[in-house]
Amino acid sequence: MTNYLKMAYRNLGRHRRRSILSGLALAVGTALLMFIAAFFEGEMRSSMETTLRLDSGHIQIRDADYDPDKLSVAWEYLIENPDQAAAQIEALDQVQTATPRLIASGIVSIRDESAGVQIMGIVPGSEANDPYRNGLVAGSFLAADDREGILIGYPLAESLALNVGDQINLLVNTSDGDVDEQQFTVRGIFTTGTTAYDKGIVFLPLAKAQSFSGAENRASMIFILLKDREMADEVAAAIQGGGYQVKTWSELNELLVLINDFSNAYIFILNLIVLGVTATVIVNTLLMSVFERTREIGILTAIGMKGRQIITLFLTEASLLAFGGIAFGSLLGWALSAYFGSVGVYFGDLGISGGMLLQDRIYPYLTLNATINLIVTAFIITVLASIYPARLASRMEPVEALHGAN
Amino acid sequence: MEVAKINNVTRVYKIGAVETRALNGVSLTINTGEFTSLVGPSGSGKTTLLQLIGCLDQPTSGSVVINGKETTNLTRNQRADLRKGTIGFVFQFFALIPTLTAYENVEMPLLLNGKTPAERKQRVMELLEGVDLTDRAHHRPDQLSGGQQQRVAVARALATNPTMILADEPTANLDTVNGEQVMEIMKRLNEKTGTTFVFATHDPRVIKYATRVVTLQDGLIVKDSKEH
Repeated sequence: MTNYLKMAYRNLGRHRRRSILSGLALAVGTALLMFIAAFFEGEMRSSMETTLRLDSGHIQIRDADYDPDKLSVAWEYLIENPDQAAAQIEALDQVQTATPRLIASGIVSIRDESAGVQIMGIVPGSEANDPYRNGLVAGSFLAADDREGILIGYPLAESLALNVGDQINLLVNTSDGDVDEQQFTVRGIFTTGTTAYDKGIVFLPLAKAQSFSGAENRASMIFILLKDREMADEVAAAIQGGGYQVKTWSELNELLVLINDFSNAYIFILNLIVLGVTATVIVNTLLMSVFERTREIGILTAIGMKGRQIITLFLTEASLLAFGGIAFGSLLGWALSAYFGSVGVYFGDLGISGGMLLQDRIYPYLTLNATINLIVTAFIITVLASIYPARLASRMEPVEALHGAN
Repeated sequence: MEVAKINNVTRVYKIGAVETRALNGVSLTINTGEFTSLVGPSGSGKTTLLQLIGCLDQPTSGSVVINGKETTNLTRNQRADLRKGTIGFVFQFFALIPTLTAYENVEMPLLLNGKTPAERKQRVMELLEGVDLTDRAHHRPDQLSGGQQQRVAVARALATNPTMILADEPTANLDTVNGEQVMEIMKRLNEKTGTTFVFATHDPRVIKYATRVVTLQDGLIVKDSKEH
């Protein structure tokens, strides 16, 4: 094998520029695919984490008739005495936190400007609200007994030119189907890094939201975060019953889970397409090499080299090219992923699609699995594609090969 | 002892609808230790006959027996196997692998024959010494003169101790001095080792060394002289 390697290496060195360009084509393809895989992984992780952390949690308990699309606070859709149920659930070992939330629809207005919003009543002390507490850019977080304070997102504050301490009017659809309006003071402005989410939501302390909307001692859901989201089915099974619907994160985010499940297949198909194209460059290089070396093949055959040995020689050349190209490409792809993984790629407000939330800045994340898959696929495709020129070389009749050279 | 026996061989090439009969019923026996020249004008069939003896090609009809073995129906790989152990080649062009050094070119048939590194090294140095090229062992073909390259080719042809060496116009691209030198080496090896040599040539410098001259014309043997 050492001799094949030595010959292959020297043969590639005959047309150094051509070999380098061919290897470079594979390297660029590999680097881009690696970056795309890292970007896609980063996007999926961001989407999953953001959606679960801000929107769905790991488990939600709702009234059996609750419809999340209506945002109705009519009593028949709400859970009564949610604090007690939340406390019982929070006592479970697998549960990190469980907190009641009331969600109503409303309109924020100031002067002659207004914006439709989701009003969320939260228990301010719950660690489920850390993303908002930690994302404060101005002012302070809500206190449980605050009756006039409101927390708003940075994009909303910006679009309505609001600052901490400003007064706003908030209109809410109440439990009995009416609307109520009240003035609130902006206590704090937060950002979660997801503009689409931040511009459409305001927070009130749960007690205030309940009294304001007429829900009284009721909540839309109990929002549960687990220590490990993989335990969701187990915990959901343990708390089923009582006329409630218990939804796990995978049920709440079907589209996201589907996309996540298909992401590997998607990346694999993309790999096949791009590597198929780069493999043609390698095949072209080897074909040129076969035609240029017709006489040499004839000589080797004449001194007793068999067809499979000639195939091995050309496949070794292809493997060396593939190895060089893939190694350089992987290094480049890793460097790109590492750099953008640290600074992120800014996309701005991507909106909310199918319940998926995305951060404004996506951080590519390269997994070992994706790297190995790509490297192995690239190598296999290149070597497989090289079988054609190698077989072509091996099938040359010695006389014709020798004659073709004269 | 018969090294090669050609029985009533024809070889017809087809190029499109045109048929060319390169050999037209040739029979020839080559015996051990002979130093034979196949001579004749261009197109007489000498190179074709040499290629058939070397199992590089197969006859359209007739049979080719090498070392007592019928070769006509052998597969490509079986012919390759037969060549690598039995037949050495020297071609008109300096048929060396350009990426390999003189040493490595001579080593190649030994590698294909599965010799150990130690065996290979000893044999290669012995052969390069035989063609007076030990000081050029690690030069590549483009660093050698035409004569030196052809001497390396001779050394390579001898590497596996073949029973027969076939040379197609071995001096055609060499000047007088180098041509003489290559022929001297081959003659010496023939006398020393008993290896059979068959040349296809029309070079008088080669013919004068031959102990047997077979003349071809229009695909037929018209003269076979052992008393050259």
